[in-house]
Amino acid sequence: MDAHAHAAEHEIEIPYNVYPRPDTGLYNGKLGIWLFLASEVMLFGALFSSYILLRTGSVNWPRGYTFLNIPLATANTFILIASSVTVVLAWANLRLGNLKLGRIFIAITIACALLFLVNKGIEYHHEFVEGRSPATNNFMALYFTLTGLHGLHVIGGIVVFAYMAGPGAKMWHQDRNRYTNRIEIAGLYWHFVDLVWIFLFPTLYLL
Amino acid sequence: MAQRRQLRVGKEWMYAGDAEKLLREAMRIQEEEDGRHGGHKQSFIRKYIFSIDHKWIGIQYGMTALCFLLFGFSLMLLMRLQLGWPGHAFSLLKVLGESRAPGGILLPEAYNQLGAMHGTIMVFLAIVPLAVGAFGNYLVPLMIGAPDMAFPRLNMASYWMYLPGGLVMLASFAATGGTAQSGWTSYPPLSDIATEGQTWWLVGMIFLITSSLLGSVNFIVTIIQLRAKGMTWMRLPFFVWAQFVTSFLLLLAFPPLEAAGVLQLMDRVAHTSFFLPSGLVVSGTKLAVAGGGNPLLWQHLFWFLAHPEVYVLILPAMGIIGEIIANNTRKPLWGYKSLVGAVTFLGFMSFVVWAHHMFMTGMGTVISAFFQTTTMIISIPSVIILTALLMSLWGGSIRFNVPMLFALAFLPMFGIGGLTGLPLGLAATDIHLHDTYYVIGHFHYVVAPGTIFAMFAGIYYWFPKITGKRMNEFLGKVHFWGSFVAINGIFMPMFAQGLAGVSRRLYDGGLQYHHAKEIAAATNPFMSMSAWTLLVFQAPFIVNFFWSMAFGKKAEANFWHATTLEWAATTSPPLAHGNFAVIPVVHRGPYEYSTPEYTEADYLPQHHVIGAPPATSGGGMLTAAAVAQREA
Repeated sequence: MDAHAHAAEHEIEIPYNVYPRPDTGLYNGKLGIWLFLASEVMLFGALFSSYILLRTGSVNWPRGYTFLNIPLATANTFILIASSVTVVLAWANLRLGNLKLGRIFIAITIACALLFLVNKGIEYHHEFVEGRSPATNNFMALYFTLTGLHGLHVIGGIVVFAYMAGPGAKMWHQDRNRYTNRIEIAGLYWHFVDLVWIFLFPTLYLL
Repeated sequence: MAQRRQLRVGKEWMYAGDAEKLLREAMRIQEEEDGRHGGHKQSFIRKYIFSIDHKWIGIQYGMTALCFLLFGFSLMLLMRLQLGWPGHAFSLLKVLGESRAPGGILLPEAYNQLGAMHGTIMVFLAIVPLAVGAFGNYLVPLMIGAPDMAFPRLNMASYWMYLPGGLVMLASFAATGGTAQSGWTSYPPLSDIATEGQTWWLVGMIFLITSSLLGSVNFIVTIIQLRAKGMTWMRLPFFVWAQFVTSFLLLLAFPPLEAAGVLQLMDRVAHTSFFLPSGLVVSGTKLAVAGGGNPLLWQHLFWFLAHPEVYVLILPAMGIIGEIIANNTRKPLWGYKSLVGAVTFLGFMSFVVWAHHMFMTGMGTVISAFFQTTTMIISIPSVIILTALLMSLWGGSIRFNVPMLFALAFLPMFGIGGLTGLPLGLAATDIHLHDTYYVIGHFHYVVAPGTIFAMFAGIYYWFPKITGKRMNEFLGKVHFWGSFVAINGIFMPMFAQGLAGVSRRLYDGGLQYHHAKEIAAATNPFMSMSAWTLLVFQAPFIVNFFWSMAFGKKAEANFWHATTLEWAATTSPPLAHGNFAVIPVVHRGPYEYSTPEYTEADYLPQHHVIGAPPATSGGGMLTAAAVAQREA
């Protein structure tokens, strides 16, 4: 990516891009991702509120646990939690200056995310085979909308991590701290994606 | 402290010529350095299309938004033809095509399309991008002494989400069955079963929401992280505070609408029934959906955004007015701390008033009482802001230039808009006024002679900064007085119509109703003529804008003798590369006008060191001096 390197040299230096501003204790990207996550909370918050409103207004609400695959979803929960651990390990190793181990942990994170999606795909397939689609009822509509939107977030995470472990890792040799920061930021996002699932799982599968 | 002697030649101070030479030299060196580093000059595309310079992105936003402003206005002009002279054939309306206006007579469906798109375009594609995208982008980094926004690439992405969003909205006019026609509020169930254009509308909205999300994260981080040394929170210009609060509103209020948009998209594309109740009958047949949905859910999610959105429309406008009033009264803004407190409190409160739009939906008197109370509370900070701005005029030596005229007109116009809102916020009086022309009059007074006048004020005020040229005062005054009279001619009669009970969504303006017939016939033609007059009076502005850009007289760097950094510490236009040659250090608050202790000039810039060469020269000199320092 020669063009990218050229463009970077053209840029003026933005203060606190890598090192924290003393009075706020944050570098720009970290504050940025927290704000972004705040807006994500509002997005999923609105969807969960819709769930509550539709469910309380319903006469006959289908129970997810009577037909959804709880063991597979439980496995998926643990897979995502594991990936949250590996992403922290990746960051910790980068902080210690170990790019190789850092990349391995990023790769494991990606593998977990992919496994999660495969399991989700199996579940979706099963629902469609059984004749349940978003149009079936409001529970299924919410099920597909919420898990679908969450799935898109998982895919987004995979894209970011794949870039960081692959071509993006070149930055390590130019600016270690900046690269490590990027993994930290991506990791914060990834924790959020996990957290959403932690709420989705009981809401859809257990309640 | 010993005052150093200061030498001046005429109005300029002594080393003007030398400084100018230095500046030129410095700019040349900078360019040379850039050339050495990058190996080649910035490509045309990086500089003008996918620019990452906040100033150019601000200009991109501004020009695009002004085009949409004119386009949204023209949709209304077509509607006003129908409202003024219902059923009359106008050859102009033939531009809409046979399917919308056969023989030049507007069809009701087409009328609805124009109405829905007027609202959507004005709010999401014109005012917000102009107030936040253009003014915010261009000015916030300059005012806080930052070299750029915190995330220049995100900033670019934000514009390049906005433009496709706008283009999708425009393209939706070509959809089968025309564009969206369920109002800018897109209430289901009608919007759920509307023609294809509604799907385009939703896709367009998702682009626009993403754009404003990226923008708001960027603004907040920029203001928190990139303030120059000495630029403490209570030294921020009021405009920056307004943008800061606005960004939080955009950040936190838009996602619920995004959720609502996704749900409605699912309803339309995947045939879910989030917003469709059971047993809905359309055109005599029962709708084949699962049902069990709730149309009120949409209204809650929509207004959870759309009420804070009202403050997104007005807060940057108030910020602009604050800057212009302080500058043109030549005295500090009255009650700066109360202004900051009020604007922050307003931001918080705006999240808990949304359901006052829904008093008539049957959501219950207890909820109505709650939202009525919060609505009355939120009027307090608004009144504080308006009062502080009004008090700022007292005892000032007011300069009646064009930006100031617009700013002065803003005060009573926003006052009318705000005060007429009170009866709407009380559930009992709202029963009569709900969904009448009174509502349209109310919010247009806030947004049109309110916010749009503030936008014009801002354009006239910062034009010399952005272009380095002056605008023509005479044309500006013609623009102001013509617009001021015409715009009141449109909106003032709406209050009378609304009080008489004329509903806001009538295709014939009320002629079919006995109780509305008389007042509709008496006022509608006059209002329509006023609307077209308003168009005529935009011509001087458009001419002035482009003519001044090309042939306007050169303006000195600190044209209005202002104190804030964007005027006092930069050239006009500011350096393309990082705004300031050296980031200024701030020593005092933003409105040190006519400070008794400082006798050199009637304004004391935020970064000026007392005793150093005087401030009158504006940014050019200071920049040059700073560059010279760096060179040494």
